[in-house]
Amino acid sequence: MGKFVYVTYIRTTPDKLWEALTTPEFTKQYWFGCSQECDWKVGDEWKLMFGDGRVADTGEVLEIDPPRRLVLSWRNEFRPELKAEGYSRATFDIAFAGDMVKLTVTHEIDKEGSKFIEAVSGGWPSILSSLKSLLETGKALERWPA
Amino acid sequence: MSMDAVFKALADASRRRLLDSLHAKNGQTLSELCGELDMTRQAVAKHLVILEEANIVATQKRGREKVHYINPVPINDIADRWIGKFERHRVRALADLKKMLED
Repeated sequence: MGKFVYVTYIRTTPDKLWEALTTPEFTKQYWFGCSQECDWKVGDEWKLMFGDGRVADTGEVLEIDPPRRLVLSWRNEFRPELKAEGYSRATFDIAFAGDMVKLTVTHEIDKEGSKFIEAVSGGWPSILSSLKSLLETGKALERWPA
Repeated sequence: MSMDAVFKALADASRRRLLDSLHAKNGQTLSELCGELDMTRQAVAKHLVILEEANIVATQKRGREKVHYINPVPINDIADRWIGKFERHRVRALADLKKMLED
């Protein structure tokens, strides 16, 4: 199984972090222009779109417990070889950690040597650094690191 | 969680080897990681605690076992803080040149 676990500690509140994860206007700021479309109920379709409106990834809400836990099924839509791997699973866990909030993002797929997991593993660290920077300083990272 | 903790955690060859091992194969138990290094189990466990405290290693329970994952987010924060603002593409070009000349 291919799996990555990312952890970041952010000086913010769980509610604020939840809002950052689920509000398109907020997401766009730290996700390098990408935003999500979803009604945030179990079974709802979920979509991630590039800034220009193209669909990047799709899936479904598997579990939702604001502001603590969100589980999405997640499939790539713009690279045929990644789409062919089918659905992965992304879990967002939010917990208090002293005066900070701990965000754990787990992304996994039932496949050894997954190209999809390799691809997202390049993106998550930048997205999470950008999210942390936005919540703590009001400024996200400006572009994907080269 | 501070940058100091990250730099300190990285300032040790054994700990960097543990990170290399997790980079090659993510999600390993203490026993698996012990196979990588010529060190006692206790010493490896101690290094893992330092890596975990610096948040460059994240752990999850799998049954009774603890599984270790590399967490590059704090290193990414540092890269952005120290390299991102100084024209990363030029730094990258020099790194590529060095690699090409040395290979």
